Amino acid sequence: MSEPRHRTLTVLVQNKAGVLARVAGLFARRGYNIDSLAVAPTDDESLSRITIVVDVESAPLDQIVKQLFKLINVVSISELHPRDSVERELLLATVKADGEVRARVLELVQIFEAKILNVGHTAITVSLEGSPVKVDDFEELLRPYGILELQRTGRVALPKLDRNL
Amino acid sequence: MLTNGGQALIKSLEMEGVEVIFGLPGGAILPVYDPIIDSPIRHILVRHEQGAGHMAEGYAHATGRPGVAMVTSGPAATNIVTPLCDAYMDSVPMVVITGQVASSSIGTDAFQECDTVGITRSVTKHNELVTEAADIPRVIREAFHIATTGRPGPVLVDIPKDIVDPQNPRSAMEWYWPESVDLPGYRPETRGDPAAIRAAADLICEARRPVLYVGGGVLKARGAEALRELAELTGIHVVTTLMARGAFPDSHPLALGMPGMHGTYTAITSMQEADLLVALGSRFDDRVTGKLDGFAPDAKIIHADIDPAEIGKVRRPDVGIVGDCRLVIEDLVEVLKERGGPDSQAERGEWKSRISGWQERFPLTYEPSDPGELLKPQYVLEQLRDAPSTPDDTIVVSGVGQHQMWTSQYWGFDHPYTWVNSGGLGTMGFSVPAAIGAKVGKPDRTVWAIDGDGCFQMTAQELVTAAAERIPVKVAILNNAYLGMVRQWQEMFYEERYSEVYLSPDLPDYKMWAEAMGCVGMRVESPEEVPAAIEKANSITDRPVVIDFRTDAREKVFPMVPSGATNSQVVVPPSQQDLAR
Ligand SMILES: Cc1ncc(C[n+]2csc(CCOP(=O)(O)OP(=O)(O)O)c2C)c(N)n1
Ligand SMILES: [Mg+2]
Repeated sequence: MSEPRHRTLTVLVQNKAGVLARVAGLFARRGYNIDSLAVAPTDDESLSRITIVVDVESAPLDQIVKQLFKLINVVSISELHPRDSVERELLLATVKADGEVRARVLELVQIFEAKILNVGHTAITVSLEGSPVKVDDFEELLRPYGILELQRTGRVALPKLDRNL
Repeated sequence: MLTNGGQALIKSLEMEGVEVIFGLPGGAILPVYDPIIDSPIRHILVRHEQGAGHMAEGYAHATGRPGVAMVTSGPAATNIVTPLCDAYMDSVPMVVITGQVASSSIGTDAFQECDTVGITRSVTKHNELVTEAADIPRVIREAFHIATTGRPGPVLVDIPKDIVDPQNPRSAMEWYWPESVDLPGYRPETRGDPAAIRAAADLICEARRPVLYVGGGVLKARGAEALRELAELTGIHVVTTLMARGAFPDSHPLALGMPGMHGTYTAITSMQEADLLVALGSRFDDRVTGKLDGFAPDAKIIHADIDPAEIGKVRRPDVGIVGDCRLVIEDLVEVLKERGGPDSQAERGEWKSRISGWQERFPLTYEPSDPGELLKPQYVLEQLRDAPSTPDDTIVVSGVGQHQMWTSQYWGFDHPYTWVNSGGLGTMGFSVPAAIGAKVGKPDRTVWAIDGDGCFQMTAQELVTAAAERIPVKVAILNNAYLGMVRQWQEMFYEERYSEVYLSPDLPDYKMWAEAMGCVGMRVESPEEVPAAIEKANSITDRPVVIDFRTDAREKVFPMVPSGATNSQVVVPPSQQDLAR
C-alpha cells in the first residue's frame, strides 16, 4: 500500500504570542503545503497543541518535522498515524432543502447522525462531528443537493491509548 | 535591587561578557543609550545600521564570540534585516537589540513603528518581543544561549520603549540574573551516536576514493585541529568550502582547496569521482554540488552536522550523524585509531596519483599582464599575500563578486578564522563593516578587506566609523570599473551583451573619497607600484588605509561550473582547455 499523501502531526508548542505565525511562516517560507491546521489549549496552560495535516507531496515528512523542531517554541512533535490515533473533525453546512429534497437531506442527516442546527424555508444548516473520512463522505453526499455554505474545522487528533498490560 | 528595564538590559549584556556593541541610537531605544555612558561596554557608533550588523558578524567570525548590535525601531530595524539574513545563512552567532514603540502604541502605526519580529522571523534563529521589564534579563540570557549553541545564528530582541524608560512606571523592576535557561523545546544534540560513528568508520576504512568535504560547521565547532588529525590519520584529502577556508591549511599536502562553482579543478573533480564523501559541517549547497542529479554520482555519503534538518535535506546520506563537528571528528578519530589508524585504511595509491595528476595539469592559473596594461587582480592578491610585511595570520575579509572568488582561490589560508566572507547570502557591502568588526575583536591582527569597486560603494561610509574610532583596517579595492561577476556572466552566457554593469574606474575618485573619510588613500595602476604601496599600507597602524588597485576588467574567474551544469562540465582557464582531462 502506498503511503498516504496527507499526514497528521501533533505539535506541542509553548503558549506564547506569535507561535502560530512562526509555524505558519515556516510552512510558507519552505514551500510546504498545509491541508488543515487547528490550534487548541491543552490541560497545561503553558502549552498549546497544533494539529497540522501536511501534504507530504510538497516535501518529505522527515524534513518538515526537522525544520519545525528548529523553532525554539516547539516543544515536541509526533506523527499521528490514522491507525494509532483517534481523529475528529467538525463540519457545518447550509444545504438547499426545499420541496421534496428536504426529506432526502433529512434522511442523510439521520443516517450520519448529524445534527440540525438551523431551519429556514428553503435551506437547513447541519453539523456533523466525526472521523475525517466520515465527514468527507457526508460532504460528498450533501453536495448534489447544493451546499450554500460550508465550514470544516480541520482535524484534531490524539494518540490511541495503549491497552496492553 | 530596584532598577529599570534600560539599566537591566545593559547590565544583562555585561553579565553575558559583552565587550562591544555596534549601534546607532534613535527615539525608541533612547532610554537604553543613557546607561551605556556608565557601562564598561564599548559602543561603536556606526554610520548606517547595516554596518552595525555586518560589524557584529565580522566580530563573531573572527573571535567566535557573539556579535552584538543595537539600533532603534522602524527604519533602523529594517536597515539591519540584511545582516540578520546574512548571519542566518552563514550561521553566525549574533544578538541584535531593536527599540520598539511603547507597548500601548504597538499596532497603531505609530511613528517609526514596524513589525520587527514579523519582518525578521524568517531570517533569525529566534526573535522575541519583550513585553515586561521583568522579562529582560531572562530574554537576554536566552538570546545569547540560543545564538551561540547548536547551529549558531542571529537572535533579535525587540524592546518597547516604555519598559526601558525610567520615566515610565512600567520600566520598574527588581534586578535578577537567571542561573540557567529554561527552554523546553531547545536541546541541541552535540554528541554523535556511537553506532553511526562506527558505521562511518567502516565506510572510511573501505573507501578507495574518499574525500573529506569540510564546511563552515567545522569552524563553528572549533574543530580545525581535530580535522587535521583525522586527515593525517587516514591520509584522506580535504576540500574546504567557501565558508570553511582556513579550517585546514592550504599548504598541507592533503589540501585540495575550495570546491564548487569557482573551486579548484582538483577539488571539484575529486569530489565528482569520489566513492565516499565525508561531509563535515557542510550542507550540499547548490554552489558546491552544481546540477544535483549529476553530483558525485558514485559516492557514498557520510554527513555529520549539528543541525538534524541538514541531514538528508539535499542528498540522502548512507550514514547521518547529528552532532557537534569537533566532537564527532574526535570520536571518529578514536574509533579509527582502535581499528589500527593508518593500517585500517584501504589501499589508495591509484587515487592519490590521479589526484596529483589533476593538481599538476590543472593548477590555478592566470596570464600575467603585459607591460602598460592594467593589473591582474590575481597578481595583486599574490603580492599582498606574499609581502614580507603582511603577517601570516592576517585576517582577510571579502565582499561578493569576482574579487571574493579570487581571494578565496589565491590567498592560501593556513589558519582558522582568518577568512571572513558572506557565503550563503552573498551580500555586496559586507567587507568594509565586517573587517571593522573583525579588527575590533582581534585588535592585534592585521585585517585586510579585499573589496570590489561595486561592493565598496555600498557600505564605504563605515570607514568614517573606523577613522573616528581609530580602527585601522586596510582595504584593497580590486577596481575593475565593473560589477565584474555580473559582467562575466553576461560575457559568457549573454553573448557579451553588457547590461548595466559598467561603473567607471574613477567616479568616484576612491583615493579622495578615502581621504575625505579620514583614511590614507592610494592609487596603484602598474605592477611595479604594487609592492611599495602594500609595504606602506602595512606600516600604517593609526588609521584606515584604502588602496585603489586598477585592475583589468576582462579578467574572468576560472575554473567555472556554469549554472545548471554538472561539476563534470567545469570550464577551465583558456590555457588549460586543450589538456586531456
Ligand atoms: C546586495 C547585492 N546586490 C546585488 C548582488 C549581485 N551581484 C553579485 S556580484 C556583483 C558584482 C559585484 O561587483 P564588484 O563589487 O565590483 O565586484 P567584482 O565582481 O567586480 O569583483 C553583483 C551585482 C549581490 N550579490 N548583492
Ligand atoms: Mg568590480
